Amino acid sequence: MTRGQAWGLVGLLAAAVMAWPVFAVWPDWLNAILISKKAFVSAILNGITLAGLYFLVASGFTLIFGLMRNVNLAHGSLYLLGAYIGYEVTNRTGNWLFGVVAGFVALAIVGVAMQVFVFRRLEGDDLRQTLVSIGISIVAADLMLAVWAGGTYQIATPEWLDGALTLPIITAVRSNGASVFLTYPLYRLVVLAAAIVIGVGLWLMLHRTRVGMMIRAGVDDRAMLQASGVNVHAVFAIVFAVGAGLAGFAGVVGGSALSVAPGEDVRYLLASLVVVIVGGMGSITGAAIGALLIGLAEQIGLVYFPTYGIVLTFVIMVVTLALRPQGIMGKAR
Amino acid sequence: MSLTLAADSTTSQQNWLEKLGPGQIILAVALALYPLAASDFFLTQIGGYSLIFGMLGLSLMMLAGYGGMVSLAQITVAGIAAYAIAILGNNNSNILGFGWPWWLAVPFAVLAAALASALIGWISVRTEGIYTIMITLAIATATYYFAQQNYAIFNGHSGYTGIRAPVFWGVNWRDPRPFYYLCLGSAVLSYAAILYGARSTFGMTVQAIRDNPRRMRALGYHVTAHKVFAWFLAGLVGGLAGVLLVWFNGRVSPGTIGVDAAIDVLIIAVIGGLRHPIGPFLGALVVVLMQTFAIDIVGAERFNTLIGLVFLVIVFVSPDGILGLWEKIKPHLTQESLRSGP
Repeated sequence: MTRGQAWGLVGLLAAAVMAWPVFAVWPDWLNAILISKKAFVSAILNGITLAGLYFLVASGFTLIFGLMRNVNLAHGSLYLLGAYIGYEVTNRTGNWLFGVVAGFVALAIVGVAMQVFVFRRLEGDDLRQTLVSIGISIVAADLMLAVWAGGTYQIATPEWLDGALTLPIITAVRSNGASVFLTYPLYRLVVLAAAIVIGVGLWLMLHRTRVGMMIRAGVDDRAMLQASGVNVHAVFAIVFAVGAGLAGFAGVVGGSALSVAPGEDVRYLLASLVVVIVGGMGSITGAAIGALLIGLAEQIGLVYFPTYGIVLTFVIMVVTLALRPQGIMGKAR
Repeated sequence: MSLTLAADSTTSQQNWLEKLGPGQIILAVALALYPLAASDFFLTQIGGYSLIFGMLGLSLMMLAGYGGMVSLAQITVAGIAAYAIAILGNNNSNILGFGWPWWLAVPFAVLAAALASALIGWISVRTEGIYTIMITLAIATATYYFAQQNYAIFNGHSGYTGIRAPVFWGVNWRDPRPFYYLCLGSAVLSYAAILYGARSTFGMTVQAIRDNPRRMRALGYHVTAHKVFAWFLAGLVGGLAGVLLVWFNGRVSPGTIGVDAAIDVLIIAVIGGLRHPIGPFLGALVVVLMQTFAIDIVGAERFNTLIGLVFLVIVFVSPDGILGLWEKIKPHLTQESLRSGP
């Protein structure tokens, strides 16, 4: 048996161990420890779908940081602005998909504008760029409050995304022998699927296209990329457009699943920060891993130790920093 | 013998006065006499409040200016001291409140804040530069959400109310004038300590580490230990400010340590200038005055837009804040006076 086969076997075993609690019917003692199978599996599924949302927001953040060394603390504001724009467009046109597209396009334009008019002027000065992004986030939050007031909005999802899906997961067996299957909102699964598709798309763009090649080269050595005749500013603008657009897209998608209200910007900024610190700067794979960890930690914490849930997130961050300061997938610089 | 000693002490006194310079002495006298001219409102809401936020900015300034570590968690550190005062002393919320006397609760609160600051420092110094902002912001935000969710320690959303400044030496320190002097005393103490500390061996070492950590490591200095100790010292200043803040407000809630407040402290320090310890106090005064009188300009609702725009302008025009502006203008002024001379 080769080394690869051995690792494959270990992987299969691990997958089986992970899959068992999801698909098997739980014995009573396990139910007693973990409240109920339904609660446990729901927490896991909620965590994974939330991770999808976090990934959408954080991937833009990590791309922008990786390439431009720009900690864009206005990223949460981009998310919230996208959500509000998506709400308005969906309401006016009556078509949710228009809202999603509008959220992406509008924020992509905002992102390019920010890069061209603001951050480009302060190039090479990380601290001032960050301070400026803080200033922008303050003004943006206040202006959004002025326009949309403090109320909570919910973006209406189309009918074909409503409803619940029955999953082939047995949560319990009734006394008459009938199995109870877990049902889960279809919309959340669609969000997860969208996040996976976009994640794969981003990976393909970065690793299989010419622009992606330039971006990766820029992440590794910006000066050299510039020296080899590439218009770095165009690359920066593209990355900012994609990053900000994804934040806007996530705003609309997240605003449909959850709700849109002032304060959400801070929540998603925190999520992006922690995801990127844990996953590693400038790495899409890292953002995916970080998002999964944080999403699961948040939802499991919510079910099993409600008032200390945030501590779990915090512990993950501290442990990562202690063991691997550059993040799980980050490169040491 | 005794005569020479006396002579020695007078020269050292002169040196000490000369070292301070006329500017700082005039400022100190003006601040000490301020209560004679000011109404109660100007004394506490402007004077005391500016001094407290100046101290918060100061604890950020010493980390950022001397250590090169921009922290957004200083309000969290102050908040820990404030919560500690509420928990160890008396409060009206019927939760915890051990009823310790002030002289026991205050040192414990400040020490707890300093230890928390050292812990935050220890976590964040594992990475460098711009990462510090991200990590401290993450810590500040996480603490805010934790305080909001947790009822056993932080009493959740409502926090603690009914925290009073103590009465001792026959003075009720809640009254405007004593409270102002309390703030002024603490601020002057912190300011002087930082001015002195910056010129001490430790302060010099921290500044050298800021400029070139690799070289300092190669010279045999324990870089991490120096940085963490700098965080501890900044925590002392921040904790003291937190104690004053909770006495000032009479209450502490998650809103006190929210992200807005964390960013306010950064704004104060940056607007004032991160080069000199006087900067944060200037910044605090400007921000507090704007906060108070912006209602007449833009209305209370849009204050954040105003302060955000001022902040953006300062960052774009003068990275060193108001102090930097002054440095820019000063040469022009002296040249003008030269030209106008005969």
